[in-house]
Amino acid sequence: MSNVSLSINGVQYEVPSELTVLEAARTVGIDIPTLCFLKDINEVGACRVCVVEVEGARALQASCVLPVREGMVVNTNNTRVRKARKNTVELLLANHNRECTTCVRSKNCELQSISEELSIRTIPYEGEKREPSYDDLSPSIIRDSSKCILCGRCVSACKNVQGIGILEFLNRGFKTTVGPAFEMSMKDVPCIYCGQCMVTCPVGALTEKPAIDAVWKLIEDKSKHVIVQSAPAVRAALGEEFGYPIGTNVTGKLATALRRLGFDKVFDTNWAADVTIMEEGTELLDRLQNGGVLPMITSCSPGWVRYIEFQYPELLPHLSSCKSPQNMFGALAKSYYAEKHGIDPKDIAVVSVMPCTSKKSEIVRPELEVNGYRDVDVSITTRELALMIKEARLEFDKLEEGTFDPFMGNYTGAGLIFGATGGVMEAALRTVADVLTGEDLENVEYHAVRGIEGIKEATVNIAGKEIKIAVAHNTTNAGILLEKIKKGEADYHFIEVMACPGGCVNGGGQPIQPANVRNVIDIRAERAKALYSEDASLTVRKSHKNPEIKKLYDEFLGKPNSHKAHELLHTHYVAKEKFPL
Amino acid sequence: MTKNFLTEENFVKLHRVIDAHKDMQGPLMPILHEAQHIFGAIPIEVQKVISEKLNTPLAEIYGVVTFYSQFTLEPKGEFLIGICLGTACYVRGAQQIIDKICELTGVAVGKTSADGKFSIEATRCIGACGLAPVLTVNEDVYGRLTLNDIPGIVQKYKGAN
Repeated sequence: MSNVSLSINGVQYEVPSELTVLEAARTVGIDIPTLCFLKDINEVGACRVCVVEVEGARALQASCVLPVREGMVVNTNNTRVRKARKNTVELLLANHNRECTTCVRSKNCELQSISEELSIRTIPYEGEKREPSYDDLSPSIIRDSSKCILCGRCVSACKNVQGIGILEFLNRGFKTTVGPAFEMSMKDVPCIYCGQCMVTCPVGALTEKPAIDAVWKLIEDKSKHVIVQSAPAVRAALGEEFGYPIGTNVTGKLATALRRLGFDKVFDTNWAADVTIMEEGTELLDRLQNGGVLPMITSCSPGWVRYIEFQYPELLPHLSSCKSPQNMFGALAKSYYAEKHGIDPKDIAVVSVMPCTSKKSEIVRPELEVNGYRDVDVSITTRELALMIKEARLEFDKLEEGTFDPFMGNYTGAGLIFGATGGVMEAALRTVADVLTGEDLENVEYHAVRGIEGIKEATVNIAGKEIKIAVAHNTTNAGILLEKIKKGEADYHFIEVMACPGGCVNGGGQPIQPANVRNVIDIRAERAKALYSEDASLTVRKSHKNPEIKKLYDEFLGKPNSHKAHELLHTHYVAKEKFPL
Repeated sequence: MTKNFLTEENFVKLHRVIDAHKDMQGPLMPILHEAQHIFGAIPIEVQKVISEKLNTPLAEIYGVVTFYSQFTLEPKGEFLIGICLGTACYVRGAQQIIDKICELTGVAVGKTSADGKFSIEATRCIGACGLAPVLTVNEDVYGRLTLNDIPGIVQKYKGAN
């Protein structure tokens, strides 16, 4: 790694030679605005907002893709540069639906911020606008092209990060738009609803389908006993919506906020994650001991399930038959909880708070119900919960540290780490190791499966048995493992897949961090730390040691994978055709 | 469209073209060119085959098809009438000529007649300004047009097969 010397705004600096001008300027405290740029995801130099003047170059240069070189003379701040940036943004605004006050991204919009930072006060251009299209037919995603600025971040997230390619630039010139093939609805395409397009969108062109009003209605319906469950990853990110640093764990305030919103019971999906481990761990042991289909692959992530259903339907027998924790929770709330508390299941409503937009499509899968009752009635994202807290005008930072209600709110460290890539695997190993050795092993941390490497592989030796495992996050990496299985080159026993990069902590329903934050902080790693540190602080860190889980099996289910457990907690999958004609 | 252009024979040709190109770098454009030639259009049925065989998202293919005006989603008519709307032709009355052709064929600009006979396109300058106003019917060129010439030209192709 060598250094080069260059001049930025008349001052000489030494910077590493592999930096771009944008990065070099930032290392010396000079911020250059960007719009289409998103580190590692979209580095195309398309929007021209980051232009700088370089001595010797005729035109202004896009600094986000311009490598530094020895002797370069750069000017980031003169009238020519400022005018060019302003002009670019003015032109974007001229073709933008500027109904900021009613936009869900108001106050968290990169176009809005940049307009403010460039002191744009009038739009000098008036003329025809692109013909808008609006699609809210899918259970998860709303696409509003009137807000789209054609930056390409969603296209890149979908095609290059997730390896799916639902969204693409369509048509040409003034008519250019971003959308699915044949401008179909998002409900008719093999979209997995992971929502990575939404969390990379700088504006309000791609947003989740809101369900807040349905939740308020349930809460105010006196005939309903409304139970809320909150997924592990929610507590690792909700604080960001209220000004807490990224990676702050807000478990206590989350529990209090949910109670104040008026839910009758405040439970935790972590508890159901512990149940998942019991069921999935038992299923794995059964497949290992009785010649079942291996490798077995986890099934918690509904985006991942949709991915394999569309892309590799022939490999569906590899998926664990376990429902996701969200749906296990719902099924048990309307059976076990209902029975224990003498409440008619028809009067129970289950609301889930998820870091996920795909969960909204999961809850409407026809098979996910028990005795005619939907497992989960409404699913909202972490972002929507934050909006509810704001609508209720709760002062989040002043909320006391509460706890989840006992019973289905008791959880272990194993359930908690489900929110990060590698977490389900680690949680499963903690239980499987104890079962196979017949001991209460002290070492519960499996560092080989932690971290944000795309595919992690390890061989774990348990009671003389070698268990080969792999962990993949984002669907491109999942696809690589599936190709290996297809070719017969994979000798793993157990694979964990989460559809989103980094796992649920970076799910499509999580708070949206702008590019200038994502360029310098790995939000996946920071949020995961919040979960791992709470896990380390807990005394019970194995699912099978959760006293409430023991009770569940003793009093209700019998044993894991029992007939009753199968009825309530297991499911099946459907091969799906990508574009049926 | 009266003619079925999605014939088994055409799909056999398409598969052959894809197989010939799929291992080269950037196979999509040459395949689309051939597909347009084979079918006269690249509708979803054709795009799906290309998508599956190249392992390229359908949206990407649709994006390319809708980007280039040489590619079409629906088959063009047997006779493609292109009326030049370049500056020279325009000032010499090309608009009236377009209007007349649309009236006589019953087809709007950019569309194809129900019987698959005519497609009408308003084109940019085709570089025959000395003949302005000018139109083309497939490979035939007609220049120095007056409105009176149009019924004869349309009639000529209406009768032809």
